[in-house]
Amino acid sequence: MSFVEYSDFIQDGDVAIVYLGHESMMPVKVQKGAQTQTRYGVLRHSTDLIGRRYGSKVTCSKGGWVHVLHPTPELWTVTLPHRTQILYTTDIATITMMLELKPGSVVCESGTGSGSLSHAILRTIAPTGHLHTVEFHQQRAEKVAEEFKEHRVDHLVTVRNQDVCKDGFGVTGVADAVFLDIPSPWEAVRHAKAAMKKHGGRVCSFSPCIEQVQRTCEALADQGFEEISTIEVLLRVHDVRTISLPVPDFGSDPSAQTEPDAAEKTAPASAPIQDTVAMKATVPPREIPGHTGYLTFATKPRTS
Amino acid sequence: MADNGDDESQYRIKGGDYVVLKRGEIFKAVQIQPKKKVIFEKQWFFLDNAVGHLYSTTFEIGSGGVLQLRKLRDAESSTDAKEAGTDNRNIVDDGKSQKLTRDDIEMLKEQGLKGQEIIQQLIDNSSTFRDKTGFSQDKYIKKKKKKYENTVTILKPSCRILAMMYQGREPGKIRHLRYDTLAQMLTLANIHAGSKVLVFDTCAGLVLGAVMERMGGYGSVIQMYPRGEPVRAGVESFGFPAHFRDTLHGFPICHVNALLAGTLDTTAKDPRTSLVKVLTSCFFFQAQEKKVKQEEKRKKLAAAAALLEGRNADGLVIASQYQPCPVLMGLLKFLSPSRPFVVYSQHKEPLIECYTKLKEHGGTVGVRLTDTWLRHYQVGFKL
Ligand SMILES: C[S@@+](CC[C@H](N)C(=O)[O-])C[C@H]1O[C@@H](n2cnc3c(N)ncnc32)[C@H](O)[C@@H]1O
Repeated sequence: MSFVEYSDFIQDGDVAIVYLGHESMMPVKVQKGAQTQTRYGVLRHSTDLIGRRYGSKVTCSKGGWVHVLHPTPELWTVTLPHRTQILYTTDIATITMMLELKPGSVVCESGTGSGSLSHAILRTIAPTGHLHTVEFHQQRAEKVAEEFKEHRVDHLVTVRNQDVCKDGFGVTGVADAVFLDIPSPWEAVRHAKAAMKKHGGRVCSFSPCIEQVQRTCEALADQGFEEISTIEVLLRVHDVRTISLPVPDFGSDPSAQTEPDAAEKTAPASAPIQDTVAMKATVPPREIPGHTGYLTFATKPRTS
Repeated sequence: MADNGDDESQYRIKGGDYVVLKRGEIFKAVQIQPKKKVIFEKQWFFLDNAVGHLYSTTFEIGSGGVLQLRKLRDAESSTDAKEAGTDNRNIVDDGKSQKLTRDDIEMLKEQGLKGQEIIQQLIDNSSTFRDKTGFSQDKYIKKKKKKYENTVTILKPSCRILAMMYQGREPGKIRHLRYDTLAQMLTLANIHAGSKVLVFDTCAGLVLGAVMERMGGYGSVIQMYPRGEPVRAGVESFGFPAHFRDTLHGFPICHVNALLAGTLDTTAKDPRTSLVKVLTSCFFFQAQEKKVKQEEKRKKLAAAAALLEGRNADGLVIASQYQPCPVLMGLLKFLSPSRPFVVYSQHKEPLIECYTKLKEHGGTVGVRLTDTWLRHYQVGFKL
C-alpha cells in the first residue's frame, strides 16, 4: 500500500480505510496483533485484515460487516484527522487541473494544514515530481511529515516549518506550480514568483472572503502575473430515489368497451386499476451547496 | 536544483510539434508543418517562423501571413489610460462617441498601422473614453484589442487548455463535457502514474488524452472502443512524447464477451484473411501489405487482451453518448476490487439507470450522482 501505488493485499503497516456504511468511514493503521473498535464490534488486524484482499467484506465480532478499502487521497480527505480547515475533493480536482499538475511537476504549497490537498498533489506528481510544502505551525508540520511517511510518499515531499510570507518556500526557480491557502496570500505572492521556474507556470490561491481575493489579485497583477481569473466550484449531489406517483381515475372508458374482445378480458367492472406507479427519480439537493472559497488562478509568464 | 535555463529544449517550439494557438480566450490546436497555411480567427498565416522560439511567445501576424516577434511588453503600457472617470453618468450611448469611421480605420490599417496603434487612435478619437471608469477603460481596450490586434500566442498543449478549447469551439464533439467536470472525473477515478486504466471515450479522445497526461507515460491505458476504429484525434493534440504511445492499447468492445467467456482466439488467423488474399491476389503488393497490417492488428489485440485477462484494472472512466449502463456493467468486470470508477453522461437520466443497476447488482460502495457548478467572478482592482 502507498498513496501513489495500489496493492492487492492488506499488509502489516498499511493504512486501510474501513467503510462502515453510507458516508461513514475511518482510517485504520494496520498492525500485527492490534484491534480496532467499530460500531459493529472489534476488528482483529492479524486475522481480519492482514493478508486479505483490499475490497474484502470483513465480519466484525458483533456479526456486522464492513468493507476494507485501499486508501486514496480522496478517501483520506473524508477520513483524515482535522487539525485545520481542509480543502475538499471538488476544489482539489479543480486545482489539480487548473495548475496543470502531472507526473514530474514540481509544486510549492503553503500552508500544509492537515495535508488534505498535499496528498492529492503527491498522487498526481509521482513518481518523478516533488512537493515543497511550508507550514509555520510546528506541530502541524511534524504531524503531517509523519503521515507522509506512513503513507509512503515521504520521498516525494519536503516539509518546511517556516513562515511563507517572511521566508518563502525555501527553493527558487524550480516550481511549475504554486498553491496558497493562508489568510494573507498577497504577502506570499512575490515568494511564489521567486519559487517558480524562469519559463513560467501556474499559481492558485484559495480564500474564503472576496476581500482577500481582491488583495491577492492586486498583488498578482503587480508581480506581473497574467490570465488572473477567480472562480468558485460547487458540487451538487443528486439523491436517487424510487418515487411513487398516484394515477388518477378517469372512470370507465365507454369507447374501450365497444371492442368485444376487450370487454371480455375486463374483469368485473369494479376491479380497481393500478392506482400508483413507481419510478426512479432524483431529489435535488435540499440546500444550495455551501460556499467554501474562491479559487484565484494566474499564469506566471516567462521571466529573464 | 534550480533550472538555470540550461535545458530549455523542452520549452522550444519544434517543427512537427502539436501546439495551441491562443488569442484572448480563443484557442485552436494545430500541428506545426512547413509552409502550411493555418486559419485562426478569420486570419491566415504560417507557423514556420515560430520554430525555435520558446513556448508562450506572442507573435504579430505580418503581411503575407508571416509571424514576427511582438515587441516586448508594449501592449499593456502604451495604451495606459491617463485619466479616468469615477462613474458612467456622463456617457450617452448614441453611437457618436467614436469620431473615426469604419473607412478611417480601414485606411489606418492600409497605412500599415499595427493593431496597437489603431487602438490608440480609437482611444484618442473617442469622446467618452476619458469619462469611463478605469475598469471600463480596461474593458474597452480589451474589446478593441480582440478586434484589431493581430497577435497570436503559441502554447504547449495541456489538458486544461484543450478541455477549454473543445468546450469553446466544439462542445458537441466532446458530448458537452465541461472542463470542471473532466477535472472531477480525473481526480475521482484516482488516475495516476503506474496504474492500469480502462477508458471508454467517444469525446474525440479528450478524456483519453487527459488520462494519459495524468499517467505521464507510466502504466497502461486500454481504450475500449465501440465498432470501427478508436477515436483518438484529441490524443494527438496533446503532443505526447513518442514513448507514451507504448502505454496506449485498444480493445474493441465487440470482443469483450468472447474475452470474458475465454473464447477469444487472438492467435488464429481471421478466416476472412485468406478470402481477401484470394480475392486480391492479382494486386499482390496490396494483399501483402494488408496481411502485414492485419498481423500487426492481431498482435495489438492480443496485447490488449492479455492486459484485460487478469481482470485487475485500477481504474475505469466512461464518457460517451452511448447508453452508459451496459458499458459500465460490462467493463466493471475488468476492475480489481477496491478501485474507483467514473461515468460521465451529458444527461442525468441514463446515470439514474446506472445508479439503480449498481445498487441492485451490489458489490460497489460510495456510489454518487453529482454535477458541479462553476462560477466566474469579476474581481475589480486598481494597480
Ligand atoms: C486552512 S489550512 C490549509 C489546509 C490545507 N490546504 C489542507 O487541505 O489540509 C492553513 C494553514 O496555513 C498555515 N499558515 C498560515 N499562515 C502561514 C504562513 N504565513 N506561513 C506558513 N503557514 C501558514 C496555518 O498554520 C494552517 O495550518
